[in-house]
Amino acid sequence: MDDAQLRREVLTALQGIAPEVEPATLRGDRPLRDEVDLDSMDWLRFLAALHQRLGVNIPEADYQQLTTLNVLLAYLQRRLAAG
Amino acid sequence: MRADRIDKTPAALRVTPNWPATAEARAAFSWEAEAKGLTGLPGGGLNLAFEAVDRHAAGPLREHVALRLLFRDGCRREVSYGELARLTSRFAGALAGLGVKPGARLFVLCNRGLELYLGVLGGLKAGCVVSPLFSAFGPEPLETRLRLGEGAVLLTSESLYRRKVAAIRDQLPLLKQVLLFDDNGGKVQIPGTHDLRQLMDQAGDDFPVAPTSADSPSLLHFTSGTTGTPKGALHVHGAALTHLVTARYALDLHPDDVFWCTADPGWVTGTSYGILAPLLLGVTSVVDCADFDAVRWYGILRSEKVSVWYTAPTAIRLLIKVGDELARAHKYPALRFVASVGEPLDPEAVWWGQEVLGLPIHDNWWQTETGGIMLANTAAMAIKPGSMGQPLPGIEAAIVHRREDGSLEMLGDEAIGELALRQPWPGMFRAYLGQEERYRRCFAGDWYLSGDLARRDADGYYWFVGRSDDVIKSAGHLIGPFEVESALLEHPAVAEAAVIGKPDPILGETVKAFVSLKGDFTASAELHDGLLAHARRRLGAAVAPKELDILPSLPRTRSGKLMRRLLKARELGLPEGDTSTLENPT
Repeated sequence: MDDAQLRREVLTALQGIAPEVEPATLRGDRPLRDEVDLDSMDWLRFLAALHQRLGVNIPEADYQQLTTLNVLLAYLQRRLAAG
Repeated sequence: MRADRIDKTPAALRVTPNWPATAEARAAFSWEAEAKGLTGLPGGGLNLAFEAVDRHAAGPLREHVALRLLFRDGCRREVSYGELARLTSRFAGALAGLGVKPGARLFVLCNRGLELYLGVLGGLKAGCVVSPLFSAFGPEPLETRLRLGEGAVLLTSESLYRRKVAAIRDQLPLLKQVLLFDDNGGKVQIPGTHDLRQLMDQAGDDFPVAPTSADSPSLLHFTSGTTGTPKGALHVHGAALTHLVTARYALDLHPDDVFWCTADPGWVTGTSYGILAPLLLGVTSVVDCADFDAVRWYGILRSEKVSVWYTAPTAIRLLIKVGDELARAHKYPALRFVASVGEPLDPEAVWWGQEVLGLPIHDNWWQTETGGIMLANTAAMAIKPGSMGQPLPGIEAAIVHRREDGSLEMLGDEAIGELALRQPWPGMFRAYLGQEERYRRCFAGDWYLSGDLARRDADGYYWFVGRSDDVIKSAGHLIGPFEVESALLEHPAVAEAAVIGKPDPILGETVKAFVSLKGDFTASAELHDGLLAHARRRLGAAVAPKELDILPSLPRTRSGKLMRRLLKARELGLPEGDTSTLENPT
């Protein structure tokens, strides 16, 4: 999956939880949970949606490092590549 | 099968509990004697922040760590009682420098961080009435509370201000001063606001604490009812005694404890126990500035050597969901007492603590209005899993039935009725701001009526049964359906809106909305998402509905009252009960 495609998938999952998100105004280098108003449950639902959409398993131990959208995209790309 | 109680053996108690939980100790208890644990202002009077900070800073605890802040990036900072006294004085001095007078309402909209502590404690030192706001609120709940509370000063971060306050500023003519700080330590330059750090740099290390008394207003906590606007519960500086006594007896805090309260600072637990109570006892508080994360939390319990942990059912259920393996990967030798509040803790979770952490979890009960813990499973007592425990010393509870004429019938063991507390006690609220009638309705004679339905068993343990109204409790936070419905009704497509609490295995309840549409609109997936987006933008993630159904019409009584109860019964597939007053019983 190329980067643009992955970004679209991630944003669609995010909008499923937080439909108010406007991708154009989202800053990829800022903590995602500051950029988008997500409570703890939203965050877990978002990660579950990513798992379902992309088939990528995200272990609990990695949740903490997934701070910004850019970091999340790079992480998912690595996981996808690793199969 | 598991037992219905967890008895405490002497071996299980690593330190002697502060509260022996005996009839003799209860008979000997007096608030007057406990009040000796407070110092009082040098010139007479009582001030919460002086008791929590300054008196320790002037004594042997001067270099003792008051706050251990754990930042999101892994950095940490320890603040001693001496330093906290200096910094809160600077904050109070900054307020005075702006001409802020004692009695002014200071709202604090902060995530966990040092500024939150400076705002609350420094504001109290300056004699302000401090009102903490939940940072996950959207602009609309913030505007409502700032307006009702006649907020004159607001402390918040630059990013929260930009995202949530800037757009409503025009609607708040009474809000004169806005103090901002940059989360990354930079300088703030937004017209119409002040840079907190600059103001504090200009203020002095010493500030004469405002001469408040036990009856002076201190904190304003907003809470929700079924109908109408949020209620601003006003507390007084004298609540220090309730905080002190409950931290000592319900949380069993000892001087060398490391205490961690995970409650959000925007809710009453985050203030009473996240800020004030541990400081009143001079113990060290761990302050985690990050959001919930299971790995991080277990790491904090272990490496910060947390000894007393006060958390909430939703957090415990999230940890359970992650699986025991993670918990068992670590050991927590310092941890000796775990307590929970916010909503009833299910027996499974109490046992999970016992089996996975090696410590049972002590549920307790209180409300915004009570100012502090009222009922608790305490350290020396046997725990009955699923029960909220027994009244603390100094507190008399009863299960009552309110008769039509307003008088009370005292109910016996096992009867379900409303949980009532005999007034007064030091931490009880003194008013709903500007709503005297609503305040009066909370009392019948000597008794405060909690609105919670409960029963008492033959051993004197209290068991939560439900709310006597339609208020939703999600992740331990009260959400008023009216506030959510009002926001939905502001959407041009919505004709009617009703909101219920839908049972949820993690959150207790989630907010579910039902709407019907105005004539020119038809239901679609796009409109559905648009409605959710509208609600989230206005209310914030923590209050907005997680689910929304569009219905042709909503059930109402013939007098026009929304039947939330019926929607809830339908949602849960339960019998619909008495529908004889329904407008269109179909």
